[in-house]
Amino acid sequence: MINCQGLTKKYGPLVAVNNLTFQVQPGEVLGFLGPNGAGKTTTMRLIAGFLTPTAGKVSVCGFDIETQATEAKRMIGYLPEGAPSYPEMTARSFLEFIADSRRIHGPNRLHRLNEVYRLLHLEHVLDQKIDTLSKGYTRRVGLAQAILHDPEVLILDEPTDGLDPNQKYEVRKLINKMSESKIIIISTHLLEEVDAVCNRAIIISDGQILADDTPKNLETRSKFYNAVSIKLSNPSQLNVVREAIDSLSEVANTEIDEHNNQLTAFPNKGKVPLEAITELGAAKGWQFSELHLESGRLDEVFRTITGGEAA
Amino acid sequence: MNGVLAIMCRELRSYFATPLAYVFIVIFLVLSGWFTFNFGNFYNGGQASLAAFFNYHPWLYLFLVPALSMRLWAEERKTGTIELLLTLPLEVWESVAGKFFASWLFTGMALFFTFPIWITVNYLGNPDNGVILAAYLGSLLMAGGFLAIGSFISATTNNQVIAFILTVVVCFIFLLAGFQPMLSPLVGWVPQIIIDSIASLSFLTHFSSISKGVIDLRDLVYFALLISTFLYANVLTLNIKKGS
Repeated sequence: MINCQGLTKKYGPLVAVNNLTFQVQPGEVLGFLGPNGAGKTTTMRLIAGFLTPTAGKVSVCGFDIETQATEAKRMIGYLPEGAPSYPEMTARSFLEFIADSRRIHGPNRLHRLNEVYRLLHLEHVLDQKIDTLSKGYTRRVGLAQAILHDPEVLILDEPTDGLDPNQKYEVRKLINKMSESKIIIISTHLLEEVDAVCNRAIIISDGQILADDTPKNLETRSKFYNAVSIKLSNPSQLNVVREAIDSLSEVANTEIDEHNNQLTAFPNKGKVPLEAITELGAAKGWQFSELHLESGRLDEVFRTITGGEAA
Repeated sequence: MNGVLAIMCRELRSYFATPLAYVFIVIFLVLSGWFTFNFGNFYNGGQASLAAFFNYHPWLYLFLVPALSMRLWAEERKTGTIELLLTLPLEVWESVAGKFFASWLFTGMALFFTFPIWITVNYLGNPDNGVILAAYLGSLLMAGGFLAIGSFISATTNNQVIAFILTVVVCFIFLLAGFQPMLSPLVGWVPQIIIDSIASLSFLTHFSSISKGVIDLRDLVYFALLISTFLYANVLTLNIKKGS
């Protein structure tokens, strides 16, 4: 378990992380979301023990990161922002160095090394210097370094940044596979990533927690949640249809996207207007060319919560 | 494997993975030979000793060792690898010691490759090899002192050029601490005991007594204390930077 109590980090007058308190349990994949400069990276650095908090405490699997630093760090696999590694080393010698400094000995050493080579598809680049590797491979070497000792806790700062869609898919698959028994914290600004791998999301801004919920529940906060979008075969009817739909009790209001002649009906709280609209359409003989139920939009929730833009 | 050893091996590998190691060793050998034969009166001195060779070591180290030590921590900070290093389950002192010993061992290697001059002087005459051995030890200890200072200064910045310049300046002060130009501004208003203490910090005095073949415990303690003090300051600096 990770336990952060009143975690605060100040750089002079700047408060980067402001009194964060949260716990993460095994099996949870926690996504840290927030605009740039929100304090995501600082929080991860505090948990990984790279920075000392100005106030507050972090314990990892029962070990205090300040007073029992070495024990706590043994539990953690950490991918720092930008996946730094020694450019003059080959991928193989770099990972062997990590194995040595994490005191992975004996037959287990070779087994673990081969395992991460395989999991991250590094076999073909092992003897290349890291500075000759592509961004995707450099990132994967960083991930390999983080999971080499099969840690209880994984802290990954933007693990898929710079990867192509196939590589992103692979890394997310890997995270999902590892997530069962571990604690995983990832930071990202890709909201689709939260949907793909996280079962919990914390949105932070200006160093404070603004929301802490499952991605599904966060989506229900979206005004698009259970909204219905329709397109008509005959777009000239659009305004007539809009008036009729507006008068339904399930519908709070409607919007027309002029760009593609799409009408979206937003529901009243707790209502699902889909059925009412289809019935109305059948009664009035409207020809829909498209009709679908919207799910919540995480990006819109994110913008609303972090105040980036009024939704 | 022990943490210090793991860090040390990685560092040494890095030296030889880049041209750094080769450039350093070649320049060190060329310059030490050039000083010895051009300024040291090695042939004309008419003595079978390596005094001419060792006399220039402090001045060689003054520029070469900071070039080696400047990258120790500043580079890690610049490239971000320090974040990786300090989140490994190692004590900070293990990383500091590993890096220091790697750089010390490396200067030891460079020093070892000066052996042809030892063969030469033995071929030409009958030098006191005990004195030569003591001088090699003194030279190695002095290099260790320079490196410890350099490592500490490198940990305070992420700019290698700044680390280099500051290390040269601090080492220069340590070299000449016992000499008139350094002490004369203090004479008259600072108690003699303090002036004597400052003078006793001089690299040159301690090095020259060892290199004459007199291995005095006080000189050994001096270098041991100097190295451990600066490495301790190095550990403190890294810990303070974590909190700032």
